[in-house]
Amino acid sequence: MAAIELRGLTKVYPGGVTALDSLDLVIPDGEFFALLGPSGCGKTTLLRTIAGLETATAGSIRIGDRDVTGLQPGARDVAMVFQDYALFPHMDVTDNIAYPLRIKKVARAVRAQKAREVGERLGLEKLMDRRPGQLSGGQQQRVALARVMATQAQAFLFDEPLSNLDARLRLEARTFLKKLQRELGVTTVFVTHDQAEALAMADRMAVMENGHIRQIGTPAEVFQRPANTFVASFIGSTPMNLLDGVVRGDTLEVAGCRVPVPETAAGRLADGEKIVYGVRPEYLSYAAEGPIAGKVVLVESLGASYLVTLEVGEDLVQVTVPEGREPELGEAGCAVPRPDRALVYRDGELV
Amino acid sequence: MTGFVVRRIGFYTFVAVVLAFFALPLLWLVTAPFTDTPTYEVKVPDFTPANFQAIVEHPYALGSLVNSIILAVGTAALVVLFASLAAYALSRVRLPGRDALLYALLLLSSIITGTAAMVPLFQLAVTVGLIDSQLGLILILTGGLLPAAIFMLKDFMDSTPKSYEESARVFGASPLQIVGHIVVPLVRPGLATIAVWALANVWGNFLMPYLLLSDVEKQPAAVIMYTLYTEGGQPNLRLLSTFGLLYSIPVVLMYLFVSKKYGFRFHGGIKR
Amino acid sequence: MSTDAAGLGRVRASAFVAPALILIAVFLVFPALWVVLLGVTNYRLTGLAAADPEFVGLDNFVSALTDGRFLDSTWLTVQFVLGSAVIGQAILGFTLAKVLHGRVKRFVEGLVILAWILPSAVVSFLWIALLDRDSGTLNTLLGIPGFPWLLDHPMLSIIVFNTWRGTAFSMMLYGAALGNVPPSHLESARLAGANGWQQLRDVIFPHIRGHILTNLLLISLWTFNDFTPFLLTAGGPDGKSEILAVHVYKVALQGGELGYGAAVSTVILLINLVVAVFYLRLLREQR
Ligand SMILES: Nc1ncnc2c1ncn2[C@@H]1O[C@H](COP(=O)(O)OP(=O)(O)OP(=O)(O)O)[C@@H](O)[C@H]1O
Ligand SMILES: [Mg+2]
Repeated sequence: MAAIELRGLTKVYPGGVTALDSLDLVIPDGEFFALLGPSGCGKTTLLRTIAGLETATAGSIRIGDRDVTGLQPGARDVAMVFQDYALFPHMDVTDNIAYPLRIKKVARAVRAQKAREVGERLGLEKLMDRRPGQLSGGQQQRVALARVMATQAQAFLFDEPLSNLDARLRLEARTFLKKLQRELGVTTVFVTHDQAEALAMADRMAVMENGHIRQIGTPAEVFQRPANTFVASFIGSTPMNLLDGVVRGDTLEVAGCRVPVPETAAGRLADGEKIVYGVRPEYLSYAAEGPIAGKVVLVESLGASYLVTLEVGEDLVQVTVPEGREPELGEAGCAVPRPDRALVYRDGELV
Repeated sequence: MTGFVVRRIGFYTFVAVVLAFFALPLLWLVTAPFTDTPTYEVKVPDFTPANFQAIVEHPYALGSLVNSIILAVGTAALVVLFASLAAYALSRVRLPGRDALLYALLLLSSIITGTAAMVPLFQLAVTVGLIDSQLGLILILTGGLLPAAIFMLKDFMDSTPKSYEESARVFGASPLQIVGHIVVPLVRPGLATIAVWALANVWGNFLMPYLLLSDVEKQPAAVIMYTLYTEGGQPNLRLLSTFGLLYSIPVVLMYLFVSKKYGFRFHGGIKR
Repeated sequence: MSTDAAGLGRVRASAFVAPALILIAVFLVFPALWVVLLGVTNYRLTGLAAADPEFVGLDNFVSALTDGRFLDSTWLTVQFVLGSAVIGQAILGFTLAKVLHGRVKRFVEGLVILAWILPSAVVSFLWIALLDRDSGTLNTLLGIPGFPWLLDHPMLSIIVFNTWRGTAFSMMLYGAALGNVPPSHLESARLAGANGWQQLRDVIFPHIRGHILTNLLLISLWTFNDFTPFLLTAGGPDGKSEILAVHVYKVALQGGELGYGAAVSTVILLINLVVAVFYLRLLREQR
């Protein structure tokens, strides 16, 4: 097991696309680390560069106490699960799981024994003689995991390993994967563009945009205190309310209303400054009286709760309301922010 | 109603004419070998084995079939080996000038034909002493088939996902291991197609062996067909018909095998 | 670059490509260039000029292009290509692909493909048997014993022969193409009251235009370079079926005039080149 350390990592593709722009990142030994970001932000590129499938244009990669920047993928002692699993279609499950051992010239009988052990651990014992084409998506995913486990590598790299599964299986696989990683304690980098997945599984996570890391932190930090407006609008099942405003003494003027300066920003704002006021719908409550007054224009069901959209002056503000307390359309109502959860951004960065 | 009947009659007349057109020339091939002293006439055969006996006793007939097998298998093996190596490298590595090379290959494969190149090939063979050499002929035939084979195989390799190879690579497999363990098994149907195509091509080729092999001991069946004459200079129909049948059976079997195994998928431009 | 999935690297990749390229260069490109070079000499198979060929410039080309026999041969080749490939194979192949279905289709297709896959040495002999003047099946059926098809109508014979021989390719190509015409388009044409011919013209042909082009150009190239008619008529009688492929063989290898033969070969190469480039252009426009 080993830590992964990236310094100034840059990848420019031959076409001129800068997919990674001078990235610094340290992933401690044994951590389950998630990479999250919109499509095309460079997640896959980062993973492939760590694996050595792409050569870094600049910067360095250390795994454990070795600098692996110039090494071939096979010499880096990492294992990777591809989005399509890349199970070899002409080999049965045993041979697939044993393939890394075959490369290491382990004797055939030992390989088969080891493959059986790993297979049993992942509940594959009845499937060992099948070809990948005869397995369901969930079973294929487990075979891919088994193959990676058989390598006993220093680090695991997963590129959206759950995205080919249906919604239910995905939940199961999530729990399974998390438990497995705990048991094995192998440093794991996990790419996903499903934020629920990242929030649920990761010890820490990074949010990327255009080849840059915009925030690193635990899922709770990233969710509760997004470091900038990009992360704020990207994370969360319902987007955060981001309202333009101006500082007026010890209050903020937002969408024509006056709200108190949030605790997090108290004493750090100058009078007359332009800011963006951010608060998640989950951290707003709906009431008859409150600082942000408007008119209900939309009520959407989220299952156990409702998402209510208020028209406040020219802006729209979204509030979640528990089931059974949803307002009527056209009703006048107010949003009340939780003072310890409202945030202020200056020039896009958290104050 | 009558329109329908007329159309049905028209359809079946057409089918009957087409059937007759395509079947008539073939009748002789299935009757004459079994007829005692056959003529050009198609007769009900009397199922004599005498003609086959005569072929067995002919000094060159069976040997020429062996020669055909040597030429076809040798050429197919070289074509598959060299074309797959080249197609794989061209498909996976952006070598300088790759696109121009592929375009040139495509052009070459369609414009340089035996007809256009027979004079220099003949000279080349004479000059470097490859005349009357089966190996020489195999190399020449291989050179002629390679561009089209590379082209078809590259198409095939392009369409197989790269993640298999990348995955093996992360596990530490060397490039040659990757080719042996992963790529060859994955593209096996493509290799089989190319092999069958090359076999059929060489099996039927008349012009090249006719030009380049003058020793009867080395000539393939296509050429020996034209030596089966009587002392009087007349075609020896007993030998010709029987030999033709024996010479045809392998390609028919191969066709049946391919169409059963791969459903005779259509590859544009596969035969010429 | 991610395309180098197996990590071959340029050196090893070049080593993979090299054997094939060497064979192609030696046995395909070099002869093609050599043929052009030979075309400007008076090289002969035997005799004085064999030992010491001389540079004769464009003489060979000039004499070829003004030689009646060459021009006749070119004209015969045009007839052969138009008659057997464009009219014979393409139209018969399309018709078969269009009208046949079910069990009849499988049976007829089997026969048509058989004619295509048998070795040319065998099929040419089958046709010699079929067309034999005294006891050939054709004359027996028509009740005209003694009619010498190969002597009186050599061109017609080889055209019909080549149609028989090569229809399978067009039939299969059009079969694949017709399978891709969306049935809904045909149905909407039929709902609009289009008759059979109108459906062909307005729905099917526009859809398979690319396939038609590919087919016509490929079969034209192959037919143009086909040597098999030599096995039926040997170019005779009297050069009446001496298409260009046969012509080259006769002047260069039977007559021994290698330089002149090479000039004719060069002309063939040029025609092939023009057709192939034309074909690749059209193909690119299709995309
Ligand atoms: N082989 C390549 N050549 C050139 N550009 C590439 C290549 N692969 C990726 N890119 C570019 O690099 C950028 C990052 O791509 P990458 O695949 O890493 O995104 P991603 O975050 O994994 O996206 P997704 O969530 O859609 O998988 C994109 O702009 C992409 O177009
Ligand atoms: Mg990706």
